[in-house]
This record gives sequence, structure tokens and C-alpha cells, in this order.
Amino acid sequence: MNKAEQLGLELAQEKKVDFEIGDTIKVHYKIVEGTRERIQVYEGTVIAINNRGVARTFTVRRISYDVGVERVFPINSPRIAKIEITKKSAVRRSKLYFLRGLKGKASKLKERKGRVSLKSIPATTEAPAAVQE
Amino acid sequence: MRKALIGKKIGMTQLFAEDGSMVPVTVVELGPNVVVQKKTADKDGYESIKLGFGDVKEKDLTKALAGEFKKRNVAEMKKSLREVDLFDSSFEVGSVLTCDIFSENDFVDVEGVSKGKGFQGTMKRHNFKGGRASHGSSFHRAPGSMGCRTYPGEVWKGKKMAGRMGTDTVTVKNLKVMKVLKEKNTILVSGAIPGRRNSLVLVKGK
Repeated sequence: MNKAEQLGLELAQEKKVDFEIGDTIKVHYKIVEGTRERIQVYEGTVIAINNRGVARTFTVRRISYDVGVERVFPINSPRIAKIEITKKSAVRRSKLYFLRGLKGKASKLKERKGRVSLKSIPATTEAPAAVQE
Repeated sequence: MRKALIGKKIGMTQLFAEDGSMVPVTVVELGPNVVVQKKTADKDGYESIKLGFGDVKEKDLTKALAGEFKKRNVAEMKKSLREVDLFDSSFEVGSVLTCDIFSENDFVDVEGVSKGKGFQGTMKRHNFKGGRASHGSSFHRAPGSMGCRTYPGEVWKGKKMAGRMGTDTVTVKNLKVMKVLKEKNTILVSGAIPGRRNSLVLVKGK
């Protein structure tokens, strides 16, 4: 990474994400309508995370009225108000593009229960301190 | 009189605007510039200042260049010199200018030397159309006819032909200053500017 890209990351105040591929998430996205601002919730499965420095993005797929919809969000976007994880799934690959060809029950991912992946803990969390309290 | 500072192109990145859209920006290390000489109408016939940029040790400079600083008692030696318009008559020899003479949302012109492309044909260098690639064509990327027949019977001077491309002085106008980071001596301008990384650029205000 060159100096310019590093500076870009600093200025964007890079966000850490705690969701993983295959998770079902709710993205709370700010939408500007004229002068009003409201928050729209978009729920779907994370099928890809593309790492491109400041311009990192993730793709969320959902089936809306029988039509597959995919939205790409920049991770560092100031318009993302909040991301909630509603379900975690057991998946073995980093890009779930195979879901695009599947419909109905076949496109369901196996749920992962009980097991918390190390990756899902944000790097900023201080785990030992929480135990002492 | 336009304000101007010498700087160095660092590279490109992206910024998020307030509305969430992404803006491509170029990072420019700008200043501190030191005033090495002040030219006056009386003495030199016109007014300008000579700016120096780029920290350097004296032993790495030629004697001629180091002499410029010594003669005028400028303590800080700089690598590159450049003459610009006198945009503030309060400047004295030795005063230091930093990037905060520009502010956010200013529009600036940036001058630099474009990347060298080597010897290039007419299609790349002058945007000639060339011929078709297939269907029996034997005319692909050649420049085509140039001297005609009896008239003019010669190739006009200045005819666009193949040759060395790039390393031209290019000015990109009206770039918006997106951010001024004083403690880093850095500004971010929207869009691309000429030259490779670490090349010298001149940022001119309005």
C-alpha cells in the first residue's frame, strides 16, 4: 500500500466489520429524500466482501418478490448507520456467487449455531477486561 | 497575482463526501516552501518570488545551487527552485510558506510534467483512427497519406507523425481542494494530476 492509500484510509476512519460471508445482516442505510433523511433497512445474505483499501465493499443478496436483488455497499460509507447480524451460516468459500443460480429451499444456507468464530469479534474489543468486571 | 506553491505528487486515493459519494483525490505534499529571492520591478524589470522546495543537505547540492542560498543568507537548503508571481508583497527572503495559504473548496490549477510514453505511433500520440483490423485490410495502424501528389508535393511542416510522447508540461485546471492537512504539509485535490509519483508539481490558486 502506498502513502496516498494509507492517508485515504486514515481520513476515512476505516471501520471494522464483524460480519462474515454467509451471514444474514440488516444494513441500516441513510437515504436522503429532498431535505429529509431517513433510514432504510435492507436485509439479506452477505455473498462477497471485496477488499480494495478505502473502497472496500460488501455485497448483500436477498430475494425480493421472487426476484434476486444484490446491493453493493462501501464498508467505510458514512451513510451506513448500523449493521446488525441476524443469522450466521456455515459456509466454506469466500464468495457465494453459486447462490445466484439457486432458488427456494436449495438456496438456503446451513445455519451455524453456538459456535462463535474468532473473526466475528471486533479487533477493538478487550475481552480479558470484560471478564474481570 | 496568483498564489502558487511547489509540491510533490504522492499518489491517488478516494474520499467520502458528506453525502456518502466517493471522490477520487490526488495527495500532494505541498510546502513548506522558502522564499529564496524576491525580484523587483526596479532591479529586474518585473516582480516575482523564487520558491524553494524539498529538504536536502548542503553536500548533496551543486555549488551553484547552494550558492543561491548562501548568498542571500537563507538557512534552509532546498532541492528545487521555481519562480512564481509575487502574490503577496509582504514576503521577504527567507520567509516560509505552508499549504494553509489554500483552503478547502478552493479551486486550483496544477502544473506538472506528464509521464513519458516513449516513441509512439500516430494512433496513440495524435488519436489517428487507423484502419480496420480484418476483412482483407492491409492498413492497420499506419499514419496514411501525407504528401499528396503534385500539390503540395511535400510534407507540410508540423505534420503530426510518430515520435516521442509524454514528458510534456501539462496544466490541469479547476481542481477542487478537498482537504488541507497542515500538520502533514499535505493537500488533497479532486481528480488526477499529471506526472508520476514523487514528481514535482506546481499548485496555482485563483
